[in-house]
Amino acid sequence: MPEVTIGLWCIAGFLGTGVLGAVLGRHAVATPLVYGTAMCVALAAVLLALEVLLGAAPATSLVLPIGLPGLGAHFRLDALAAFFMLVVNFGAAAASLYAIGYGRHEKAPLRVLPFYGPFLAAMNLVLLAADAFTFLLSWELMSLASWTLVVSNHRQSANIRAGFIYLLMASFGTLCLLLTFGLLSNATGDFTFERMRAAGSSETVVAMATLLALVGAGSKAGLVPLHVWLPLAHPAAPSHVSALLSGVMTKVGVYGFMRIVFDVIGDLSPWAGLVVVVAGGATAVLGVLYAVMQRDLKRLLAYSTVENIGIIFIGLGLALAFRADGQAPAAALALTAALFHVLNHSVFKSLLFFGAGAVQSATGERDMEKLGGLVHRMPQTAVVFLIGCMSIAALPPLNGFVSEWMTFQAILLSPQLTPWGLKFAVPAVGAMLALAAALAGACFVKAFGVVFLSRPRSPAAANATEVDGFALTAMLMLAWVCVVAGTLPGFVIDALHPVTRALAGSALPTQAGVPWLSIVPIAESRSSYNGLIVFFFLIASGSMTALVVHRLASRRTRKSPAWDCGYPLDSPITQYSSASFAMPIRRVFGTVVFGVHETVDMPRPGEMRAGHYRLRVRDPAWRYLYGPLARLVLRSAHKLNRLQFLTIRRYLALVFAALIVLMLVVAAWR
Amino acid sequence: MNPLWFDIAHLLAGGVLVLSLMLLYQDRITAVINVFALQAVVLSLSVGWQALVQSAPHLVATALIALVAKGVIIPTALHRIVRKLDIHREVERVVSGGPTMLAGLGLVALSILLVQPVVETADPVAREDFAFALAVVLLGLLVMITRRNAVTQVIGFMSLENGLILAATGAKGMPLVVEVSVAFSVLIAFIVFGVFVFRIRERFDTVDVNVLERYRGERREHL
Repeated sequence: MPEVTIGLWCIAGFLGTGVLGAVLGRHAVATPLVYGTAMCVALAAVLLALEVLLGAAPATSLVLPIGLPGLGAHFRLDALAAFFMLVVNFGAAAASLYAIGYGRHEKAPLRVLPFYGPFLAAMNLVLLAADAFTFLLSWELMSLASWTLVVSNHRQSANIRAGFIYLLMASFGTLCLLLTFGLLSNATGDFTFERMRAAGSSETVVAMATLLALVGAGSKAGLVPLHVWLPLAHPAAPSHVSALLSGVMTKVGVYGFMRIVFDVIGDLSPWAGLVVVVAGGATAVLGVLYAVMQRDLKRLLAYSTVENIGIIFIGLGLALAFRADGQAPAAALALTAALFHVLNHSVFKSLLFFGAGAVQSATGERDMEKLGGLVHRMPQTAVVFLIGCMSIAALPPLNGFVSEWMTFQAILLSPQLTPWGLKFAVPAVGAMLALAAALAGACFVKAFGVVFLSRPRSPAAANATEVDGFALTAMLMLAWVCVVAGTLPGFVIDALHPVTRALAGSALPTQAGVPWLSIVPIAESRSSYNGLIVFFFLIASGSMTALVVHRLASRRTRKSPAWDCGYPLDSPITQYSSASFAMPIRRVFGTVVFGVHETVDMPRPGEMRAGHYRLRVRDPAWRYLYGPLARLVLRSAHKLNRLQFLTIRRYLALVFAALIVLMLVVAAWR
Repeated sequence: MNPLWFDIAHLLAGGVLVLSLMLLYQDRITAVINVFALQAVVLSLSVGWQALVQSAPHLVATALIALVAKGVIIPTALHRIVRKLDIHREVERVVSGGPTMLAGLGLVALSILLVQPVVETADPVAREDFAFALAVVLLGLLVMITRRNAVTQVIGFMSLENGLILAATGAKGMPLVVEVSVAFSVLIAFIVFGVFVFRIRERFDTVDVNVLERYRGERREHL
């Protein structure tokens, strides 16, 4: 059986779990059964993807006689699809395992179980689709299935609003993709990717199609300023679904962009690469700045997803620019960095969302100002969450460092580019990336510090208990992948060879033969990194320090007043809070970027009322882009409302006028 | 083919168009019905001529249907309705004659402008016929939107349909099924409209559509 057929059977399996969930939803056995089946199917798909990717199997395709008449449904499984299939299904398997335990807390399982499988199926379908119709259909199915999961907790009006905004943005994105395919197929009128690839279009058409693809796929992935739905919708879903939305579905958006721009469009001018790089840089910086400001843990994670998508797009844009400039090895480096970050982000963002879900199920809180001290209550969760935080903050020897380091290596190659504008612009984006990386560090110090360290800020946090074994296993598995991919990155890079060879026309030198398991992306003389040595150095120096401290320090008991950390009062409120941690960054960037508004209402001496401190942070995308747009739509809708109450004769006249106008246009254009 | 044949075909199709223009400026309902009946007769002549030119005997059936249904039955029925409702003296237009005629002439020009380049390679009989037919369709629509009486709106609709028949018969090889189904759909539409008109009358004592609007509470005085 060809690989693509097995992939389609996996999709059928996912759909089957949806049916299972719908039929058995009310039974207690449904939750473990549905998630367990989904996990098995996802693992099978992971194996399939690994086989295609590592075996460097040739692409297999299949045409099913369903869908549009005369077109059918085309499916194809090549290296790019296989890589993303690996990412998607690995995340899905982890989320399913996590949900076997976590799903027991679900209040209305019938609102989640029937849609979970179809959501996974739709994501896989997008990856396998090889014609525009199937692609868009699966894309919309994915949006719709994930929307049902976002609004599954429908009793909170905020979730309904998040779902509405998500639906709007998803439709807008699909519209853009629809136009992209329309432009690309115009030359031939054929909607299979194969024909579009062969057809080729004029430069203007290609530029417009690229821009539309960036907007359409970027709205799913979360590029600024199309990111607004993401921090609303991702936290609204149950945590394992949040992990899928943030860690996996955004990657399907990245895949959509890559499939259209790298594969179907092909030849581009280097300036298109610059547009993508700048969009990625702005997304990275703004995303992490928003993330630092948040006090809701899951929303912080969602904004951090925006940042990571920015990093991925920087890599993709660089790959485009290098490829258009005819520098295949550099393009391969940038593309490898981007793909590696896709994998890494899917792993550690899922891990962090699982951690946030564990915290939420243990305490019932997502507000960081009400958490704290959980390291004593949930020690295992704390350790894996710490590993996730270190990965996402790009600390060696974990995986986040490797991909960001490779992105920087690609940026450092930018002086090789021929156009002068790019020579100057790309290092500037590099500076933005560096800023984003630093801020991400601050952001996750805050996330871990405020949630797990210090003293509990609420009774709920003080009485938390460790989560169940399934959830812990899932998180441990992901943490383990973070460590392994970080210490042995050479294997991951080698596995990406078929993808980069297909899309960038070249691949990085094989890393398996490099001594001491280092990675050497360009040349030994230029740069190399060895995660394993860093890992062992850290372990060795850490144990040595511990040994020295424990052995050589004095064991004599000393008595002294307890150090109060500068807090004379005993109340947990006096601790460093999430808002106070973010204050310096807020002061520096706040007034310009966020329109931060702080008001202090201090009672006079002698007054008995409480003092108030109010802080308002607004997303400028809402203020400058979506607010005016929404007002415009409302105003015109109000005007058009009158059209509902016309007479029959006037309706006829309207139709008639439209007909005449169209006829005039036709007559004038010829 | 004999050039005279084209000329006669064009004369008859042009006659249908001229009668459409005449429909536009009639003030009285009875006159509108008479012009419509005349248009149906000319249409059936035109279709009959096409049957001769294209040597397509089935078009004769179409011509007969047009003559009997639209030239005799429908006008008679409409006359009866008008007499029964006692509205044969009413003047009922929204836009006055002059501007309507100007608009109608504009529509004729537009349809010639539009159709001529499209059918340049087509059969010469069909070529002019299409322009005439499109003009008749557009004028029928214009009648529908410039009148306020339900009966005249029905006539506008059927005159529009005359344009469709003209187009269908002008093209060679159009099967009879199409024409039969079009004729029947118009007949059914006529019945529906007739029932509708009587219901309106029973309820409101008039067939002026404005009264319906007033009933819906949204009468606009400038109509």
